[in-house]
Amino acid sequence: MLAFIIRRIGQSILVLLIVGLVAFSMFNFVGDPIDNMLGQERTAEDIERLRIQLGLDQPFPVQYFKFLQEAVQGNFGVSYRQGRPVAEILLERAPATLELAAVSGILAIIFGIALGVFTAIRRNGVLANIVMSASLIGVSLPTFLIGILLIYVFSVELGWLPSFGRGDVVDLGWWRTGFLTESGLKALILPSITLGLYQMTLIMRLVRSEMLEVLRQDYIRFARARGLKDRAVNFRHALKNTMVPVITVIGLQLGAIIAFAIITETVFQWPGVGLLFINAIQFVDIPVMAAYLMLISVMFVGINLAVDILYFFIDPRLRADRAGGH
Amino acid sequence: MSEIPVPVRPKSRLRIALESDVFFSFRRSPVAVASAVVVLILVLSAVFAPLIATSNPFDPASLNLMNGFTPPMQPNAFTGETFLLGTDDQGRDVYSTILYGMRISLFVGAAAVAFAMVLGITLGLISGYVGGWTETIIMRTADVQLTFPSILVAMLIFGIAKGVTPVEYRDQMAIWVLILAIGLSDWVQFARVVRGATLVEKNKEYVQAARLIGRTPGAIMLRHILPNVLSPVLVIATISLALAIIAEATLSFLGVGAPPTQPSLGTLIRIGQGFLFSGEWWILFFPAVTLLALALSVNLLGDWLRDALNPRLR
Amino acid sequence: MVEPVLSLRNLSVEIPTRHGIVKPVDGVSYDIGAGEILGVVGESGAGKSMAGNAVIGLLNPPAHIAAGEIWLKGSRIDNLTGEAMRRLRGKEIGMVFQDPLTSLNPLLRIGDQLVETMLTHLDISQSDAEKRAVSALEEVGIPGAAERVNSYPHEFSGGMRQRVVIALALCAEPSLIIADEPTTALDVSVQAQIIALLRRLCRERGTAVMLITHDMGVIAEATDRMAVMYAGRLAELGPVRDVLSHPQHPYTHGLMASTPLASAGKSRLHQIPGAMPRLDSVPEGCAFNPRCPYTTEKCRQAPAPRPESTSAACWYPLAREKAS
Repeated sequence: MLAFIIRRIGQSILVLLIVGLVAFSMFNFVGDPIDNMLGQERTAEDIERLRIQLGLDQPFPVQYFKFLQEAVQGNFGVSYRQGRPVAEILLERAPATLELAAVSGILAIIFGIALGVFTAIRRNGVLANIVMSASLIGVSLPTFLIGILLIYVFSVELGWLPSFGRGDVVDLGWWRTGFLTESGLKALILPSITLGLYQMTLIMRLVRSEMLEVLRQDYIRFARARGLKDRAVNFRHALKNTMVPVITVIGLQLGAIIAFAIITETVFQWPGVGLLFINAIQFVDIPVMAAYLMLISVMFVGINLAVDILYFFIDPRLRADRAGGH
Repeated sequence: MSEIPVPVRPKSRLRIALESDVFFSFRRSPVAVASAVVVLILVLSAVFAPLIATSNPFDPASLNLMNGFTPPMQPNAFTGETFLLGTDDQGRDVYSTILYGMRISLFVGAAAVAFAMVLGITLGLISGYVGGWTETIIMRTADVQLTFPSILVAMLIFGIAKGVTPVEYRDQMAIWVLILAIGLSDWVQFARVVRGATLVEKNKEYVQAARLIGRTPGAIMLRHILPNVLSPVLVIATISLALAIIAEATLSFLGVGAPPTQPSLGTLIRIGQGFLFSGEWWILFFPAVTLLALALSVNLLGDWLRDALNPRLR
Repeated sequence: MVEPVLSLRNLSVEIPTRHGIVKPVDGVSYDIGAGEILGVVGESGAGKSMAGNAVIGLLNPPAHIAAGEIWLKGSRIDNLTGEAMRRLRGKEIGMVFQDPLTSLNPLLRIGDQLVETMLTHLDISQSDAEKRAVSALEEVGIPGAAERVNSYPHEFSGGMRQRVVIALALCAEPSLIIADEPTTALDVSVQAQIIALLRRLCRERGTAVMLITHDMGVIAEATDRMAVMYAGRLAELGPVRDVLSHPQHPYTHGLMASTPLASAGKSRLHQIPGAMPRLDSVPEGCAFNPRCPYTTEKCRQAPAPRPESTSAACWYPLAREKAS
């Protein structure tokens, strides 16, 4: 098991190195960093001095290594647009995105699994079929349209909930939270539904199809042949086996939620890192784009790693196979 | 050309499927038929947009600012003109902007999928057939890319490409950059399926035989292996088309896609969102419904196709 | 006369398909008494498993019992509700499946699976159930049962897993066991052990067994009576010794002649010409008539008579005079 984890960590680091290379290349080849940093009035000496100062005269691998060194320390350079260190801007914006993603993720997992199990067990039921058809619309419906629809109904027509922003936040010193005020919680409702809905339908459809697959297995037939109650067969025997493949995807969906937050944040003008990233693309603010890429890669890779390790605790077969080798 | 006897190649799965159950299940599925009709109508009206639109909304000469904000089916207060779906802030006929916008949406979606398909099939065939380091590099790249949601990959590629393009060409190039970005974000699925099938097929006797009689690897891949993977590729392509249309709309809505000078449905929705609170709902509503109909019907078609070509799930 | 544990009366199972109704089981009748092992043989698709599934109430829709009756210990069970049938499963009817590698839930310890089954059917405490789980494993010959209850299925070999499956099927002491090809997926060396185990346990407890198999060796070794099925119908029914040595139905005769064990000593194996018909195209009259060497016009028109306790479903049964 230890060997497996070490190998997975090795792979994760490799992925991060590749992403780092992409980010580094963006810095160096997309636009001229010297153009970006110096104004119109510049002399050849200025350029030369900056080149040496930035280390641009050194060979590629050295530059790349330096870039990684800086990145690990959280130094991603200065935003072209805002003129402030990127790390500072990201830190300021991260709580908004993380709170939104956490609420959406929990909603998506709870409702996704519950509805998936329901539609699998009542495969031919009327209600289950309605849910399935609705979910297909949910998958086809672009996230931003869901957001606009919710804004139209609950903000424009009913006037119940705010259509943009985070509401009032409480500053905990290192973290600004919207969980502690009424307006903060109210502001969270529409964006988290918007963000969670798509993931919920995905999880639901996946749980359903995996569960139907499991329900066809011999051990489920054998469990039925032993006269076990439907509840025991469905939940004790089938659901547990369903969760093994589903957990990977749920893990990946959590990562996707952070990425999809870009769309939701734009619709609701939610002041998180996603909105920051979109603005960065619009204004070609390379340091912010690169830093966002690195940040989200670390999250994704971390989540993937966590999911793999979680596998061991669910599936005894894996535990035994790996442990057997050592 | 002399025919060299080669062991009989098994009928491709696509052929078998088309001959037996697919058309049967198509006729039996009202959802599939309805989706196909909707897709057909939308595609035709996009193709013939110049003929059926009331005006070219992007020809400044045909615009009359006085016509701005005319509600659907009501005469304008100043000019007395009536518009089926109303007009936007600049007096453009919403019906015509939708037709032209759909053209761009469909073009970008289809071109991106075609690009992804060609790229994915090529890389999949090569990595399956050649193996070794080539395969490792291609499939590792695919794995890394698959770690990230494709919309994020597309945004990033769009951002980079935008950075590389000189400022004065950015709007002009935006559509092509968009196709590149969405296409590059979507090739992995094709490559995986094709590679898997190639690995299976390349050891079959008819491929061995073709190799023995001296067919080139390129010919073997195209003539012998490719036909066997067409049906899964077709399913993926259909589903990818729905996803690509949504991806394009999303990027354009976010302001990192089609520019206002060449608005797609997503751009129109972005413009319309600004008037949601002031009551001009039609500027947003009709493009949104069109996008929804398009994405949903392509998606339903893909869903049905997948079930029909994959008998295991029936 | 002692009442049989299981009694099938003219049982028919139907599956509606796009091309019409097919009958995987067509008018089958037989009894199994307490402590008796009935071997059911036939080619794949002959309807032997389908009959077993019908008895335990686990037909996959749209397959359903279309006609006939199933009696278990004097009460009719084919018309029970789902819940009443569930109570019978495991409690009165146990089932052993073909592949022990897939019949056990991979994520649950085998002890938990045993305890769960017993608690569902027996009025005993958790700790009693745990004790009985250990003794159930001992009974099926699993060494170190006290520790092995905490193992997961993948930690057992195929043969050991089939023993666990048998323990699970028997743990609530059912009066009937349906064993559907219980040895087919096992190594040859293990097959005999499993058959011997099944036989011993059922003899000891007086459990009736429906042993579904296509293996004539298993039939000869383990069963008391045998039923031969062909295209969903019963071809021949009788005591094993009689049927094996002097088959009356031409199909049984052909089947024997084409089995290595039964035809030992002969230089070449016999082949029955043709193949069993697909269930959607069973011929008129006797289902075997196109392949039978003795077919007459009568065989092509009238369905063969249904076998009673010891005869063959044939208009012209092969004579038994060789035996007497």
